[in-house]
Amino acid sequence: MGPLPRHLAELQAEIEGYAKDYGLDLFTTVYEMVDYRQMCEIAAYEGFPVRYPHWRFGMEFDRMMKSQTYGLSKIYELVINTDPCYAYLLEGNSLVDQKLVISHVCGHCDFFKHNRFYSHTDRRMIDGMANHATRVRRHMDRQGVDAVEQFIDTCHSLDNLIDPWLPFRKPQPVRREPSIEMPINIGRLSAKRETESSERSYLDDYINPPEFIEQQRQRAEQEREQRRRIPPQPERDLLGFLLLHAPLEPWEADVLGIIREEAYYFLPQRQTKIMNEGWATYWHSKLMTTRALRDDELIDYAEAASGVTAMAPNQLNPYKIGVELYRNIEERWNKGKFGKQWDECDDRQARDEWDLHLNLGQSKIFEVRRLYNDVTFIDEFFTLEFCRQNRFFTFAENRRSGRYEIESREFRKIKDTLLQQLTNFGQPFIYVVEANYLNRGELLLAHRHEGVDLRLGYARDTLRNLERIWRRPVSILTVIDDKPKRIRYDGAEIAISDEPEAWKLT
Amino acid sequence: MISRIEKDHRRFREIVRGRIRKNLRRYVSRGDMISRKGKETVSIPMPQIDIPRFVHGDNKGQGVGQGEGDPGDPVGEGEGDSGQGQAGEGEGDKAVEVEVSLDELAQIMGEELELPRIEPRGSQSLETTKDRYVGLRTTGPESLRHFKATFKRALRRQVAMGTYDPDKPIIIPVREDRRYRSWKSEPRPQSNAVIIYMMDVSGSMGDEQKEIVRIESFWIDTWLRSQYKGLESRYIIHDATARQVEREVFFSTRESGGTMISSAYRKCAEIIEREFNPDNWNIYAFHFSDGDNWSVDDTGACIRLLRETLIPTCNQFGYGQVESPYGSGQFIKDLRSALPDDDKLITSEIKTKDDIMDSIREFLKGGR
Repeated sequence: MGPLPRHLAELQAEIEGYAKDYGLDLFTTVYEMVDYRQMCEIAAYEGFPVRYPHWRFGMEFDRMMKSQTYGLSKIYELVINTDPCYAYLLEGNSLVDQKLVISHVCGHCDFFKHNRFYSHTDRRMIDGMANHATRVRRHMDRQGVDAVEQFIDTCHSLDNLIDPWLPFRKPQPVRREPSIEMPINIGRLSAKRETESSERSYLDDYINPPEFIEQQRQRAEQEREQRRRIPPQPERDLLGFLLLHAPLEPWEADVLGIIREEAYYFLPQRQTKIMNEGWATYWHSKLMTTRALRDDELIDYAEAASGVTAMAPNQLNPYKIGVELYRNIEERWNKGKFGKQWDECDDRQARDEWDLHLNLGQSKIFEVRRLYNDVTFIDEFFTLEFCRQNRFFTFAENRRSGRYEIESREFRKIKDTLLQQLTNFGQPFIYVVEANYLNRGELLLAHRHEGVDLRLGYARDTLRNLERIWRRPVSILTVIDDKPKRIRYDGAEIAISDEPEAWKLT
Repeated sequence: MISRIEKDHRRFREIVRGRIRKNLRRYVSRGDMISRKGKETVSIPMPQIDIPRFVHGDNKGQGVGQGEGDPGDPVGEGEGDSGQGQAGEGEGDKAVEVEVSLDELAQIMGEELELPRIEPRGSQSLETTKDRYVGLRTTGPESLRHFKATFKRALRRQVAMGTYDPDKPIIIPVREDRRYRSWKSEPRPQSNAVIIYMMDVSGSMGDEQKEIVRIESFWIDTWLRSQYKGLESRYIIHDATARQVEREVFFSTRESGGTMISSAYRKCAEIIEREFNPDNWNIYAFHFSDGDNWSVDDTGACIRLLRETLIPTCNQFGYGQVESPYGSGQFIKDLRSALPDDDKLITSEIKTKDDIMDSIREFLKGGR
């Protein structure tokens, strides 16, 4: 790993200059030169130089080295969300490639800094990760490598069970207020005027109807009952819940906390994959073609850039769909193709020729990159016209032939499929419902079923892992083949039983 | 200092090894391992190495794509990553395939079955020499002249003498410029081994039985290969008559005749006599049959052959009896009663694929 050679440092200054001219606002970016082996190493560590020891990183490394060696894929660039922002350049790439990467990184860096979903991430995570590594190593020294490693495996198995909205919520009070045991007192309206002394009690039934008072009292009681439960409402942050309520050894709690913290750190990147890559692609394209590119580099650039946005027929390339959407938005806002008038116009020709010369495109895409995530981005800007223009389709497996076939070009269907893939980044919604299920200290989870079953084999193994942490039987309510079911693991065996009705979030 | 990733990577390999070891019985009894064999490595599918999570099940069959085509048109296989990969998102649906070298596999099997290392016999005397070209010298036969080195010398000389003209770069080597390859002879101690596989292909041996033989011989082969460099193998099939065949034929033929096991033993003895001097070679013979021999006389002939020729010359003679619905399974009993305490003769009954492991252990635990 080395510092940047002079000519690249100059290149960086030049390109970042162009980026600033266009209004991008970056963290200070530090580039490092690495060879391909180091690149694989850093990539296996998800961009960080140091992570806690775990075989999973070794496995990633193995995979990447292999595909790199056999020429299946090449990691061009890596950049991490920290301040200063660290990015890595691959030694031996051509100068055009390096330019492309630097321009691309400018996009990412600006996105990290300004997208609101990143606003809660720890920008000094490089130190954070290193500290985590030290702590895990220390636990390993004390508890033995195997014990800690097995526990990490167990935690990884649950690390997708977090609440994406948690960082944006007010921190919940950890301790329950003592006032909870106060007697329930429903406020009654008084019919007495301040100046009068006589009690107009005959009005009381009208202004404080007894059934209403009774209702209020019951609700208050219910609320109190609710608050006594753990958790008070179904909760998605299972990791946090376990941290608070599971019988963990101190070192276990520490490790679990580390896994949770890192899961939350990486969360925004998974929420904004399309937007982030699209934004970076938009800007490398813009910076390169308008400013940075020299005449003789054109062909090489075109080749590299087309590789980035290449699209396999049945795989969505986030770079491609992202950049096309930004360009589409820019064009629409430049020409004023939005708003009531636009929406209500159904004259094909008028729509095609629509141009109000508003030139709002640039400011609109900057606004979009600040406020949206993948789901809202697609929901709002994936329009019928965009869908047609880019020839989107849905595909499905043909059970008879075993082939994947184009299923439909219907706009609604395409958009729904897309959104379904993106919602909760394709992960199922799992809630912690009760920690004292059946009054036996059993943990009850529930799966909010949205049309797709859980993968059963995995669900079983995950339950086993969860039981290891909770140390009491664990169950999950879900739906299998349209029938409500409960999967329970009691430490010895898995049992699947019928449920009267599917669980619903209330 | 070992880098961190090396440690993690080593840990990963260890886990893979552990997993293979744990599931060896299953891998062994499944034939598909053999078809996955590359030149030096086997790739093993390893589903459990994935970390289980609550994930969606069978919805991966659909998705959104982009491009030309009408509903009903097939879309490409498209498994490749889009040109540029970003870190971290490597969660594939497929089982992880891990590549393991055959040597490592043999080692794992050795550990799991607690197989002893084999002590080679009579081989110290057998040394081969191997010539390796290692350097250059100034004399030698013209056929070994090193062109490039010769011209380099010539160029150097001409530049030094000032006769080199860059505009007319003609280089003429003279006698002193010539360089020849030189070699070194390296003695190489070698232990030679040969495995002779015999299989009954008479009508009573079905595909199931042959599959068992195939799997078992693959593993025996793998183990012995890890013990000897340069392992030879010979294949004999027999019904009423025996013939030596190629490996592929060995596993695919199905004849339908009677069974005369002695024909195979005779052939085997013949091969040994012709090609493999028992003083220099470690000879392993394995015979697989369903134990249904034609006549008592022939069984007698077999036992005579074993006692007089085969057992004295071989390190070990293994007889594996596969259970078949047609065979009487008599042969193994005859062998056991005729040669009760000859520890060079090892017999083993393989009823189903699950017995393969135990049978292999039987055959190889002697360490001969």
